[in-house]
Amino acid sequence: MKTIQVNGTALSVEGVDPQTPLLWVLRDHLGLTGTKFGCGRMLCGACTVHVDGSSTRSCLLPIAGLEGKTITTIEGLSPDGDHVVQKAWRDHDVPQCGYCQSGQIMSACSLLAKNPKPSDADIDQAMSGNICRCGTYPRIRAAIHAAAAAREGK
Amino acid sequence: MTPQIALHRRDFLRAVLAGSGLVLASRVGTSHVWAQSQADPTTWSPDIFLTIDSTGLLTIITHRSEMGTGIRTTLPLVLAEELDALVDRIVLEQAIGDARYGDQNTDGSNSIRGFYKSMRTIGASARNLLERAAAERWKVDPSECSVREHAVHHVASGQSIGFGDLVADAAKLEPAKKKELRYKSPEEWRYVGQPTKIYDLHDMTVGKATFAADVTPAGCVYAVIARSPVLGGRVAKVDDAEALKVPGVTSIQRLPEASAPYAFKALGGVAVIARHTHAAIRGRDALVIEWDNAPAGDNAQYDSDAYRTQLEAAVRAPGKSVRSQGDAAAALKSPTKRLERDYYLPLLAHAPMEPPAAVAITGEDGVELWACTQNPQAVQAAVAEALEIAPEKVICHVTLLGGGFGRKSKPDYCVEAALLSRELKVPVKVVWTREDDLRHDYYHACDAMHLEAGLDAEGNLVGWLGRSACPPIMSTFQAGMESPGMELGMGFTNMPYACENIAIEACDAPPHVRIGWLRSVANVFHAFGVSSFSDELAQLAGRDALEWVTQSVGNPEHRLVKISQFCAEKAGYGQEQPRGQAQGFAVHASFGSYVAVVATVALSKEGKLSFPRVDIAIDCGLAINPDRIRAQMEGSVIFGLSLTLQGAITAKDGAIVQGNFDTYPVQRMSETPAAIHVHILPSDQKSGGVGEPGVPPVAPAVCNAIARITGKRITHLPLTGQDLSWS
Repeated sequence: MKTIQVNGTALSVEGVDPQTPLLWVLRDHLGLTGTKFGCGRMLCGACTVHVDGSSTRSCLLPIAGLEGKTITTIEGLSPDGDHVVQKAWRDHDVPQCGYCQSGQIMSACSLLAKNPKPSDADIDQAMSGNICRCGTYPRIRAAIHAAAAAREGK
Repeated sequence: MTPQIALHRRDFLRAVLAGSGLVLASRVGTSHVWAQSQADPTTWSPDIFLTIDSTGLLTIITHRSEMGTGIRTTLPLVLAEELDALVDRIVLEQAIGDARYGDQNTDGSNSIRGFYKSMRTIGASARNLLERAAAERWKVDPSECSVREHAVHHVASGQSIGFGDLVADAAKLEPAKKKELRYKSPEEWRYVGQPTKIYDLHDMTVGKATFAADVTPAGCVYAVIARSPVLGGRVAKVDDAEALKVPGVTSIQRLPEASAPYAFKALGGVAVIARHTHAAIRGRDALVIEWDNAPAGDNAQYDSDAYRTQLEAAVRAPGKSVRSQGDAAAALKSPTKRLERDYYLPLLAHAPMEPPAAVAITGEDGVELWACTQNPQAVQAAVAEALEIAPEKVICHVTLLGGGFGRKSKPDYCVEAALLSRELKVPVKVVWTREDDLRHDYYHACDAMHLEAGLDAEGNLVGWLGRSACPPIMSTFQAGMESPGMELGMGFTNMPYACENIAIEACDAPPHVRIGWLRSVANVFHAFGVSSFSDELAQLAGRDALEWVTQSVGNPEHRLVKISQFCAEKAGYGQEQPRGQAQGFAVHASFGSYVAVVATVALSKEGKLSFPRVDIAIDCGLAINPDRIRAQMEGSVIFGLSLTLQGAITAKDGAIVQGNFDTYPVQRMSETPAAIHVHILPSDQKSGGVGEPGVPPVAPAVCNAIARITGKRITHLPLTGQDLSWS
């Protein structure tokens, strides 16, 4: 395995053990540290990225299966950090410590791509795999609703 | 590239910066509303916290750690306020550990309480110098000059000069005496009392915020450590053959064994060194270690169920008196009405989303570290002690912290990194997995409480006895500490009721794990006991809880009473609730602030809980950054619900049972209240803390609501596994 497709660019993974989870390849081999380690067992969502557009936990996902797939990380979500969800996050002052927020934003984007107008229950369901120990959940809910409204308004 | 190790201290930074992908939290891009530039070389530093360059750019040192409270932004704004400086002309620089900045231990909800005044004074002093420099140039009296929007203005002539143009002249002046300084009046405030966006907001939404594990110096290796499951256990035998076969693993290192008191020492054990994190984790999993638990003594038999029984028995017998007034024993003999109740809360883990991590480069001339630490000066002290060097030889850079909650005040993980780097002569990044974090924490103490109270015919409190047993925090630092000390001052000895006969006693609880402080510390269990008991006493007195608390505090002007009434009013407390739904009330004072909670709880007949709304009201005195106060209150409700519903660390045969978020669950989005309403009481009193005071009243408010629905009192937490069904 020579490359993986990350944020629109083919990046070399030559010499990397193909069983290495994507999270560690992103962080340790490719220097993309926006994706975070929180549990290592797909329990907390801090490592959420998009694989072919769907939110996916990267901490247990070996890169072996990622040939030909498109990976997007928080760094590649938008050119200037101005994705409607990122803007909504800033408008609502969502982050406290900020650590889980990359994963939260990636999950929220994936939700809105599938469900442009989610209800509170939809949000709860889609976002419950992402833990925030600071407790930013109420603002995440509000920001997702705002992002949905902003997209609709476009 | 392998960095040279025998570098001079100043050269460490350069060597590290040459590494790939390295950014420093203190230097990187910022929220877009803040300045993006770097200070030019012509600068003036009227104080170690403040530099102004000839373009007028302010560089403000932010010396407290950012773990989510927003303090990294808020404290510098207090300084900027007195200068009327504009945020788009300010950059912040995170301080390294240095005693010259004063206390840097970011805990105890103390940053604003400890530094509000000094930040204002630094700002006011710089303002004075700038105004005098301008006055000299205009040949007018300084009293006619005033700062506004990053410039000094002369009102009468309409002239103004920007800060940058005054730097050279201001630098020549003698600072004024403190009593000569002018401060803004509240109506002139630009930042204080206004919501301000945090400095790192943009970076945090684009993946550019830098946490400890994101720092990777050139030539850095990764370490994951196997530590003894039992506190005090030592390595008897290691078979590392399989570990060394893992691709990427480069060596196995033994850490020096630690012994009690553990303080901030590295815990010892076996480190797997690898070229990347995953290899180090796999290598650690492949180690076969035989532990010798003889040095651990009775820690090896620690069983949290048996320990609970021991503590519950301890509080049923008299303990060591810590407060005695009147004659509580006599008053409790035959009052008109009498109540006694026992409570128990388990050990808790901090579980910040970012597990502990530290990067160290140890050379002949000292150590340079990057750490997610709440206390860089403690890092200096602990690393210096372990390496037997002077604390000034330890440079500690503070990254952002992915949560802290008290865990990251204890720098054991930094010591590990420094020791390993000394041994390996390359930069070392120590990574803790979630399992490491939950199994080797400085745990929030478990606690057993016994409360007795007597009421007269009018429901007045005539006697109060409280006993508390928890393994004390001091046991981590000093041998022989086996009963609560300062813990009792957190909501127990200082319980809020006026009563003639009070007895408070401390009972024995010898430690078997490292005990630390977690957000709100002993206030968590003491507020639970006292506020649950109060609710039941109110019921016994035939009164509403809020009314009984007001009566028992004995002073209608008390801030506890005022905040309770404020919360009740905002929450619509006392309104008729549908069947299966109730409001529970609790109030608690801690860290200089007063917080009341009204929890509206819905409970199905089968015992399934939900939260239609939670109201939380705070009197924190003057509210400096109201939006961050709101955020802290929202977070406190969630944090409080985690420990109410789910949190428990248990031990068997001396080892911690829980290992990850499946066995140590915390609140998720789906369990979050439908609405959290935060109410900040307007006040101009001295500011209190906000990071911690919100947590303690949450659990008792929820459990008091449950008791109203079911008629059953909750006396221990968490609620998981307890039958809450009703008919």
